[in-house]
Amino acid sequence: MMSVTEIDVLIEWQDSQPAALPSHPTRREGLSHREAASAPRGAGSTGPDAAGGGQTVTLSGLGKAFGERQVLHGIDLDIAPGEFVAIIGRSGCGKSTLLRLLAGLEAPSAGALEAGEAQDTRFMFQDARLLPWARVLDNVAIGLEGDDARERARQALAQVGLADRAGEWPARLSGGQRQRVALARALVHAPRLLLLDEPLGALDALTRIDMQQLIESLWTRHRFTALLVTHDVAEAVALADRVLLIEDGRLALDLRVELPRPRRRDATFAALEQRLLDRVLSTPGREPEPHHPAVPASVAAPMLRWAI
Amino acid sequence: MGGVAIKTASGRGAGAVKGLVPWLVPLTVLALWQLSAQAGWLSTRVLPAPSAVARAAWELALSGELWRHLAVSTGRAFLGFAIGGGLGLLLGLLTGSQRWAETALDTTLQMLRNIPPLALIPLVILWFGIDETAKLFLVSLGVFFPVYLNTFHGIRGVDRDLIEMARSYGLSGWSLYRQVILPGATASILVGLRFSLGLMWVLLIVAETISAQSGIGYMTMNAREFLQTDVVLVGILIYALLGKLADIAAHALERAWLRWHPGYQQ
Repeated sequence: MMSVTEIDVLIEWQDSQPAALPSHPTRREGLSHREAASAPRGAGSTGPDAAGGGQTVTLSGLGKAFGERQVLHGIDLDIAPGEFVAIIGRSGCGKSTLLRLLAGLEAPSAGALEAGEAQDTRFMFQDARLLPWARVLDNVAIGLEGDDARERARQALAQVGLADRAGEWPARLSGGQRQRVALARALVHAPRLLLLDEPLGALDALTRIDMQQLIESLWTRHRFTALLVTHDVAEAVALADRVLLIEDGRLALDLRVELPRPRRRDATFAALEQRLLDRVLSTPGREPEPHHPAVPASVAAPMLRWAI
Repeated sequence: MGGVAIKTASGRGAGAVKGLVPWLVPLTVLALWQLSAQAGWLSTRVLPAPSAVARAAWELALSGELWRHLAVSTGRAFLGFAIGGGLGLLLGLLTGSQRWAETALDTTLQMLRNIPPLALIPLVILWFGIDETAKLFLVSLGVFFPVYLNTFHGIRGVDRDLIEMARSYGLSGWSLYRQVILPGATASILVGLRFSLGLMWVLLIVAETISAQSGIGYMTMNAREFLQTDVVLVGILIYALLGKLADIAAHALERAWLRWHPGYQQ
């Protein structure tokens, strides 16, 4: 899956790097702001639920090809423990493949990847993927061991507000509730790295905002490292410390989002969202239009969240 | 679907009507039959009255003969079913989960499947004579293929995404099999079970009418020798009843094991 010797070298090498500075210079374009301000959250601190804290993720020269088709080219990336990173991009750009590589669901064809132990990584799929023949509680308890497995599952279910549906069949739940069960199923393992592959894509707008708040509050509490693939720029801006744009299998943009939490969808938020959207929609290869350094107050709330 | 319309039309009373509807045709036929037998339109040699059949059944039951034959037949049916169905399940699980097993066995089994079990009767008699083994062999062979095929396709049909999810949540080996693959294949396996329960009685009837010293088939053939048409009819009705019971049992299993399935929830 990954070359062990390379990983060892990477860890040593990465330890010698200053925490806040990007270790690998990524392609900078237009809006790439990588101020070294604000050390990544979670680094060095351990919360009560930390369970080892967030996972450091390091990719170097990561590439993936399916047969002739090259999906990812030479991705270099460092993610600090406890960081919330959103990955956006047009469909087919390779963002889901990147996540599947990190989860170990695919093996890289080139480069190296360090994302910790498999049992510390949990994946939330686009569809909830609940076992239809297992009650909600048993779905949450899947893969758990020990006498207290069901009790822990019950607590996780309570955290997503579904304690009263423990005995239900998944077929009886709504789409949003199913994704909440899937979230509880992931969190009950106290993951150090949570990978989310457009888990909210199929939900209606209000349910989606509910879920975003739930994910943010659970992330704040458990301090895991989170990687969210989304096609919704607003969702990326609402949740992430850092937004990455992948274009044609390459890392095209690495933007730090400095908005305070909890984030309100105000003019600053909207302006950032608009700029990101413009960048995503600009034809690859063409220079993006120059932006004002200060955020213009007159930017209209974006209407085009689903264009990607 | 018509039942829904009736139910909305007049509420509770309609429920009883709805329950009676499936029985209307058989009851009418029975009444006509009884009538024509009493009126002498039907010869008792051809078709004795239902009351005569009922009396014959009663006498057979009282003498204990009926129970003896019934026990023998049921024993044969279930032993054959256990052997054939069990082998079908095991081989289906094996070829469904292991590529090498599919490569090695599936072509052979698909070829054998196309031979009607009844076509083997002459060969079976040559091999096993006319004793119990021949009957068990026929029943086992017949029920093997529906169970095998449906198990194989059930395992192959399990949602790949669920397996991927379960693996990424740390399940493997037996726990993956028990929690994901087997439950995912259950619906299909039960379809195979229902098919083979139907086939089980058909094959047993044929096997018992060829050669037997006991069993419902023997009782029927024996009655034919003595021109006891009423006893022949009792035998036929008992087969119908056994077939229905097997179907009810399969249905109960579906309701128990597929409770989670929206298609099986009341």
